[in-house]
Amino acid sequence: MSTVATPAAPPRRRRRGSKLQRRQTRIGWVLLIPALAVVALVAIYPLGKTIYYSFTNQEFLQGIEPTKWVGLENYRTLWHDTIFRTAVWETVKFTLITVSFEFVLGMIIALVVNSSFKGRGAMRAVMLVPWAIPTVVAAQMWKWMYDDVYGVINDAGVRLHIFSHSHAWISEPSTALGSVCAVDIWKTTPFVALLLLAGLQVIPQDLYEAANVDGASKIQQFWRITLPLLRPAILVALIFRTLDALRVFDVFYVFFGNRPDTQTMAIYAQSTIVGDGHVGYGSAVSVAIFLIIGLFVAIYVTVMRVSGGDD
Amino acid sequence: MKHRALLIVAGLIGAVTLVASLSVAAAGTTRPEAHAAPVKSAAIAPPAVPNAAAIKAKYKGQSIQFIGDAAVGSSHKRDLKLVAKFQHDTGIKVNLLPHPSGSDAAYAQLARAFGSKSSKPDVMMLDVVWPGAFAPYLLNLKPKLGKVSKQFAQGIVQNDTVGGKLVAMPWFGDFGILYYRKDLLKKYGISAPPKTWNDLFTQAKKIQDGEQKTNKNFYGFVFQGNSYEGLTCDALEWVASAGGGNFIDNGKVTINNSKAKTILDAMRNQIGKITPRGVTSYDEEGARNVFAAGNAAFMRNWPYAYAANLTTPVKGKYGVTVLPHGAAGHSVGTVGGWQLGVSKYSKHKDAAIEFVRYMTSPKVQRFNAIFNSNVPTIPSVAKDKQVVKTNPYLTPAIANVARVTRPAKYLKTHYNEGSKDIYQGISQILNGTPAGSVLPGVASKLNALVK
Repeated sequence: MSTVATPAAPPRRRRRGSKLQRRQTRIGWVLLIPALAVVALVAIYPLGKTIYYSFTNQEFLQGIEPTKWVGLENYRTLWHDTIFRTAVWETVKFTLITVSFEFVLGMIIALVVNSSFKGRGAMRAVMLVPWAIPTVVAAQMWKWMYDDVYGVINDAGVRLHIFSHSHAWISEPSTALGSVCAVDIWKTTPFVALLLLAGLQVIPQDLYEAANVDGASKIQQFWRITLPLLRPAILVALIFRTLDALRVFDVFYVFFGNRPDTQTMAIYAQSTIVGDGHVGYGSAVSVAIFLIIGLFVAIYVTVMRVSGGDD
Repeated sequence: MKHRALLIVAGLIGAVTLVASLSVAAAGTTRPEAHAAPVKSAAIAPPAVPNAAAIKAKYKGQSIQFIGDAAVGSSHKRDLKLVAKFQHDTGIKVNLLPHPSGSDAAYAQLARAFGSKSSKPDVMMLDVVWPGAFAPYLLNLKPKLGKVSKQFAQGIVQNDTVGGKLVAMPWFGDFGILYYRKDLLKKYGISAPPKTWNDLFTQAKKIQDGEQKTNKNFYGFVFQGNSYEGLTCDALEWVASAGGGNFIDNGKVTINNSKAKTILDAMRNQIGKITPRGVTSYDEEGARNVFAAGNAAFMRNWPYAYAANLTTPVKGKYGVTVLPHGAAGHSVGTVGGWQLGVSKYSKHKDAAIEFVRYMTSPKVQRFNAIFNSNVPTIPSVAKDKQVVKTNPYLTPAIANVARVTRPAKYLKTHYNEGSKDIYQGISQILNGTPAGSVLPGVASKLNALVK
């Protein structure tokens, strides 16, 4: 904030803008401060508190022991916690499966809905219905559909001879992750499709007309025109979905509860803090989750910066 | 706008689809009794509040919050009736909230309230394993209700007395029982329900093989196999009835023994054979849904299911008895049951105590027993003729079964965590891992908590 000109060099430094500019900067700050204050209260304060708790042995039900500072002990325990490691791996698997399927299916749907056909408007509205249903309601619905005694999926599959017998999709460890991924893909593909559709609509039609004149095939047009121009929308969609998938909780909780082999990071944090009452250790788990997600964000941002340069 | 009509149509289609899918979600497929009001049980009305005029004079207009039973079976309906009567007679406003149906979630809800020293809820339902953990946050009821507590089953009163303070009043007792299809036993020439677990497996297989010829969804045995507190109760019955101890006996962790291993492996081997493979995700209502739709021959559940099944297709076709036992043991039932406590931080302690006094009174316990087949905690009520008539499991042969308790006494504030170690371990076993490789890990985790 200093406006001191260095004495040796010729005073080339001007004052910080003109009077008008300074006034406008001040007004800008005044208008921003309320929003920043809300963000600080709602996001920074809880985050700070969580980081603080992670260095203590705070418990929900205190008993006789007072809370004390334990330094890095929670993190040392976390490093050796195999359950947490399994949870992280489970979450990453879930993220990779769902994001890739949602991206591919979302792209296909967006391309279809982008073209002109009768009933396109209706299609665009109807395709959003899965996204509109609250996640917990959708999860409970699917849980009943997957049931191996009275579920509709097994009933229809057996009658149509697709399956030889009822499968316990949720209980069998081999199909558990798949069944949960299917629910999430069903629910959020419309969201990805919508984001990509918005990106598609911005691409000018004359590019395609010019490509047609030059004799390019549809596939060449897709790879050479659509994808590159869609890159910002793709990255937005991928970042949204990856971050959401890493924090997944509701559908796993409704399907599996506290089952040891299907815990995600968020479920493990919840069960540690709320179920066991270990607020200190659970906060360390939460901070670790925060850092892992931060790592993914950093990867995406780097990819964006690298590719953003050459277009 | 050019396409206004089209957009309106699309919006309507979307709205209709949304409502349709939400109705499917709400109704389920073959879930019984979702909308039927209880038939027999509606005949009894909640009793009047004794001493209502005096209570009204002192506490009228105060409002308390009561965290009551989950919306399971007719339990919430029972609470609504009792709360309405109490409000009407005494003028004390009671805000009734059902607690989550999972016991661990209900525990977490109360832990949050106590941890933040909240003045609400004033009165809450406490599972039989919680008084030890929540004692520092509960009001001592001995001064006002100590005399009344002498007519209750003293074993439960002792369970609710921590450090000399009576921290909760017993509300209803619960114990695990075996439900069986009388009609199917007769159909397949089985003279009596099974006495040992091996008998159960044999009988279940026989009935299942016969019934699956016409009903592909029929299974022999359902129970609470999901990874939650209910599994600790079921597993305790298996292990204790096979002579394998009570997980923690006399302060020592005993879960890792050969008898426990044998019975748990036996159960593991039956998953997918006489039980549906999905039984490892069933809670109380999950198992009851299968039995009540006529798709199971045997079910392990709590007494509440007796009244709840009266409005389902299996009405009149089922009977109850004690659970089977292992070769070397005897029949047991895990003690469940709920108590009512008053929060130390409540702003209307006396009004709350009057509410607890009413809810645990003999007349209301009799109402609970007849309306919702809740086991009374006052011995004289349990002998009432009409109570026994509507609750066949209160006949001495069943009601006198040996009770086993979960190790809350030894785990104290770590009960939730210890129970989680147990039920996650048992869940792994049921899902295919041999007991021998799981039990040592569970034992060492429990050892860390008990010391």
